Amino acid sequence: MSHPMRGSAAIVGVADEVSPTGELDGELRAIEARVVRAALAEAGLTIADVDGLFTCTGGTMMPSVELAEYLGVEPTWTNSTQTGGSSYELHVEQAAAAITLGLCETAVIVYASTPRSNRRRGGAGMGVLATPERVEWEMPYGIFLPIGAYSLAAARHMAQYGTTPEQLARIAVDTRTWATRNPRAFSREPITVDDVLSSPMVASPLHRLECCPVTDGAGAVVLTSTARARDLLRPPVLVLGAGSHHTHSMISQMPDLTSTPGRVSGARAFAMAGCSPAEVDVVQLYDSFTITVLLALEDLGFCAKGEGGPFVGDGTLGPGGALPGQTSGGGLSYTHPGGFGMFLLVEAVRQLRGEAEARQVDDVDVVLAHGCGGVLSATSTIVLGSEATA
Amino acid sequence: MIVPPVPSEEAASAPFWDATRTQRLVFQRCDDCGAPVWYPRAVCPTCLSGNLTWTESTGRGTVYSVSVHYRAPAPELTDAVPYAVALVDLDGGPRMLTNVVDCDPEAVRIGDPVRATWRALPDGRHLLQFAPDPAGSLADPPTSQ
Repeated sequence: MSHPMRGSAAIVGVADEVSPTGELDGELRAIEARVVRAALAEAGLTIADVDGLFTCTGGTMMPSVELAEYLGVEPTWTNSTQTGGSSYELHVEQAAAAITLGLCETAVIVYASTPRSNRRRGGAGMGVLATPERVEWEMPYGIFLPIGAYSLAAARHMAQYGTTPEQLARIAVDTRTWATRNPRAFSREPITVDDVLSSPMVASPLHRLECCPVTDGAGAVVLTSTARARDLLRPPVLVLGAGSHHTHSMISQMPDLTSTPGRVSGARAFAMAGCSPAEVDVVQLYDSFTITVLLALEDLGFCAKGEGGPFVGDGTLGPGGALPGQTSGGGLSYTHPGGFGMFLLVEAVRQLRGEAEARQVDDVDVVLAHGCGGVLSATSTIVLGSEATA
Repeated sequence: MIVPPVPSEEAASAPFWDATRTQRLVFQRCDDCGAPVWYPRAVCPTCLSGNLTWTESTGRGTVYSVSVHYRAPAPELTDAVPYAVALVDLDGGPRMLTNVVDCDPEAVRIGDPVRATWRALPDGRHLLQFAPDPAGSLADPPTSQ
C-alpha cells in the first residue's frame, strides 16, 4: 500500500526572479509580492485561494505572520520553520502533509533575499551564522563560514576516499555548462577544469570557482490537492515523496564529515515515493559548493559512499550526461541569495512541465530536489513526478 | 595569530576557561553514559543526563580534517592568512575545532599527531590551539591487539 502522502498534493505554480546584474529592484516585501502573484497567476489562482503560507525570512520575529498581513492573507496553516537553504524543500514536505490532512487546501511558499544589493548599500550581508556557540567555540579560530566548514568536509572526503581536485572541479564545470544555456544565469562564461583549479584557493581544498556567488533572488511555489490541481492551468507536478533530517548546527558537531543528513532524508523520500535513484531522470542538488553535490550523490544513493568522485568524473551531471543535474546553472552559476532551495524546486517543476527551453532534458517524469542548509546540517529531499507517475 | 575576536564565556563553560588560565585542558564526561562532551553544556547530548564531571586531558590528539584559509572572515585576521583551521580528535576525548600552529599550515595533514598549545588572551585566559607533536608520531601504535 502506498504512503497516504504520495501524490496527494501537487505543485501548480512557480515563479522566480533573478537578474544578470545579481541585483533585484524594489524592497523585499514588494519582491515577495511579485513572485507570489506570478506563481498564483501561472496556476490560475488568486490570493483569495491561499489558506496556507510558508516563509522563514523577511520580517522580524514571525515571518509568516508578518508577510501574511502584508499580502492580505488570513491562513489556517502557517509555517516559518527555518533550516537554512533546505527550508523550501522542508516547506513542500509540510505543505503536502497539511494538504493531505485537509489542514489547508492551497499553500504558497515564498522566499526573497537581497544580500547583494544590501552589501552595495553598506548594509548587513548574511551574518546569520554567529550563534553564541559559534562565537565561543569556532569564531576565535578564524573559520570562514560557511566555506570553511565545507572545506573541512571536502578535505576529509579526499583523504578518506581519494577524491581528487579535478573530480570536484568537474561539478563546477558541468553546472556552468548548464548556465550557458540559461540567459537568466548570473555566470554564463564556459569554464574548464583548469580554470577552476587555477582560480584562487579560498579555503583549501576549495577554489573560488567551487563557491556560489552572492546575488539577490526570489521565488514562490504554489501547492494544492492533486484533485484540485487537475482543474488548473498547468500540468500538475506531483509530490511523490519527501523526507527531512538534521544532525548538527556547527561543523565541529557533525558526527562524520563524509556523511550528511541526506542519507536519512533521501531514504525517507524514496520510500514514500516508492521509487529508487535509478528511476530519477533529473536531479536538482543543492550546490553551495562542489562538495555539497558530491556528498548528496553518495548519500542519496546515486553511487556508493566514497565513489562520488569517479561518478561525476566524466560529465555525468552535464548536458547529455547520465544524470543531468542543477540544470538551471545551480547555485554555483544561476543565482545564490543565501539559500538556493527555492530555485531547485522551480527548475524541477520547469523540467517536469517541459518548460526548460534550451536546458530541457528529454522524457522527464521524475525529478529529485535536495536542499541542504547550514553547514551540511539539515537536508530535505523531495521527489516530484509528472502525471504519468500518479 | 588569532586573538580577536576574544571568545565569550558562558556559565556552563566557566570551568573550561578557568583552567586555561593555568594552561590546563579540561572537558566534561557524562557520569551516566560515559560519553565525552564537547562543547561544555549543562547536559549530556548523548543521554541528557545532568551528571557531568570535568576531566583533564593530556592535550594530545590527531588531526581529523584541516583547511588552510587564504581568506579571513574578519579584517583583524587578514594579516594572519594563510592559517590552518582544523578539527582535532582529542585522545580519549571529543573532537574540537581549532588551529594547528607553530608550523607551515600547508604541511598539516589529516592523521598528524598534535598536542595542545596555548595562546595568551588579554584577560589572562588562553586560547586552546594545537601544534605538531613529533613525539606523538613515534608513540603512535594504531596496531590491532
